[in-house]
Amino acid sequence: MNMMEEVSETAAGTRKNTKHHPIPFTVIASLLWIVFVVGIALLADQIAPYRYTALDLPNRLASPFHPRHLLGTDELGRDILSRLIVSVRISVLVALAATLISAWFGTTMGFAAAHFRGRVEQFILMLADFQAAMPFLILSLSVLAFFGNALPLFIGLMGLYGWERYARIARGLAIAASAQGYASAARQLGASPMQVYLRHILPNISSTLIVSMTLTFPEIILMESSLSFLGLGVQPPMTSLGNMLGYGREYMTRAPWIMFAPAALIVTTTLSISLLGDWLRDRLDKGLQ
Amino acid sequence: MTAGILDLQGISRSYSTRQGLFGKKVPVHAVDEVSLSLKEGQTLALVGESGSGKSTTGRIALGLERPNSGYVLFRGTELPATDTPAWRRMRAQMQMIYQDPLAALDRRLSIIDQVREPLDIHDIGSASKRNNKALAMLDAVGLNASHATSLPYQLSGGQRQRAVLARALIMQPALLVCDEPVSALDVSIQAQVVNVLMDLQKELRLSLLFISHDLKVVRQVSQSMAVMYLGRIVEFGETHLLLSNPTHPYTKALVSAVPVAGRRTRERIILKGEPPNPAARPTGCAFHPRCAIARPECVSVCPTFSTLPDGRSVACHAVHTNPPTKEVGS
Repeated sequence: MNMMEEVSETAAGTRKNTKHHPIPFTVIASLLWIVFVVGIALLADQIAPYRYTALDLPNRLASPFHPRHLLGTDELGRDILSRLIVSVRISVLVALAATLISAWFGTTMGFAAAHFRGRVEQFILMLADFQAAMPFLILSLSVLAFFGNALPLFIGLMGLYGWERYARIARGLAIAASAQGYASAARQLGASPMQVYLRHILPNISSTLIVSMTLTFPEIILMESSLSFLGLGVQPPMTSLGNMLGYGREYMTRAPWIMFAPAALIVTTTLSISLLGDWLRDRLDKGLQ
Repeated sequence: MTAGILDLQGISRSYSTRQGLFGKKVPVHAVDEVSLSLKEGQTLALVGESGSGKSTTGRIALGLERPNSGYVLFRGTELPATDTPAWRRMRAQMQMIYQDPLAALDRRLSIIDQVREPLDIHDIGSASKRNNKALAMLDAVGLNASHATSLPYQLSGGQRQRAVLARALIMQPALLVCDEPVSALDVSIQAQVVNVLMDLQKELRLSLLFISHDLKVVRQVSQSMAVMYLGRIVEFGETHLLLSNPTHPYTKALVSAVPVAGRRTRERIILKGEPPNPAARPTGCAFHPRCAIARPECVSVCPTFSTLPDGRSVACHAVHTNPPTKEVGS
């Protein structure tokens, strides 16, 4: 009962929650970690000790806890910590933008399918099936190979990742909601389909969509890392987590810290978001009787 | 006849259902050749068993569904097509009350937001005026300012139904279709909601189409009533006449089923069997398999309406006083 107000903030705000469920420690830790990562992404230029391209040739492949380089340096003497900080910014930017594009596009398509039904619905579902059947890596490989690589194109491409899931979820929930009283009541009051979908159906199904976003977000980080690892994602001299991982691979035996730092960051961040999403799902589902 | 606020003329609505995975499509006649007329400021009750097509008739009357044939006239003009801008504008004049108020309310919006919503949708008045109007309307149905900021699940069933009523009436519609408005409520709450409804009807000169299976409530609220059986009207007339002296055997059975305090004076008529499947309508008079006074002609010939001296219409072969010339509701 209380969670609904906490999360959606639709209540008048005058009532106090009478009971608080303790938030599990892992969720608090995840939340703090996500805030920390996003903070780093925002303040990357201010907190990075060096420029991410700055060379320190005398100290190439310096190990961590070097007096001048906390996390060591790579084969060109670039500071791993600085590169990591900038990589976080790029990866978070790509993942966040792509998640939002994918959620927006998928939900719009799902609502369109639910509203028009018939041919339009079949066409959208066919597109969704096509997307689901096609390995996304192959799709992105071919697009990036043909159209070259620019960050906006890359983000747009990543935005196609997972839209079919939102489309299916949004379509199913919107059809269910239309059959329920509140949507038909709003229609009966004279609301246009746009008003019904945006004002009534979207807020009522948003919990599921938000949870779905927390699932897509880490997947896009991993997808970006894989493509960058293959050399098709973010291109040098720009850096991203996957890009660092890919180029650090050659020095895996001599200087494992080049790979270890971005790998650890990817694991902790995706894990945090998944844990948070898992918890959110439980809370939001319970909140709606 | 004088045109009422709402006239249904020979409306039929059928749905096609498939029987089994590879079965043929079978049309189900939910509503069959129904004609009704509702006069301004009056209440017309529509009664019958579950599945008799009462709710479908109500939805057709509001234009939420199109009849397959027949016309729905609101103040003498036909309703515009569903989901067109003209139809949406019509919503300000005709509204609906639902059986389950919790389902009809959005769980995430406060009561005041939902009561104000029709004003927002039809863009009436300024923002602050809308709020004041919504609060005044809530006050009229007996809800106060603290209820206004609540979410639907925080209210009781009766309060929710009052909120739905406030939302329907805030545009000051001329016609209100009530689809089993009190059957989900406790008996004590039912009386309160019905009283609020009747007070507001007097105040706002509302015309009500009251769909119910509860004859006690129907007796209290309505001036005329129509009894439906399997999508057809079997008896139509003034409520007190139908309830005190039912003519059609089905109406007799319905009236005799109303519980009475004290000793039962009239014999209880218990109908045999269940209401038949609308997909497999009995031939002739649809009621004949359950009718105690069925004659051979009931099996083959569908009865037409005959008008009794007291003004009501009955569709039954056993009732022959006038030649069957007049249509119901005319």
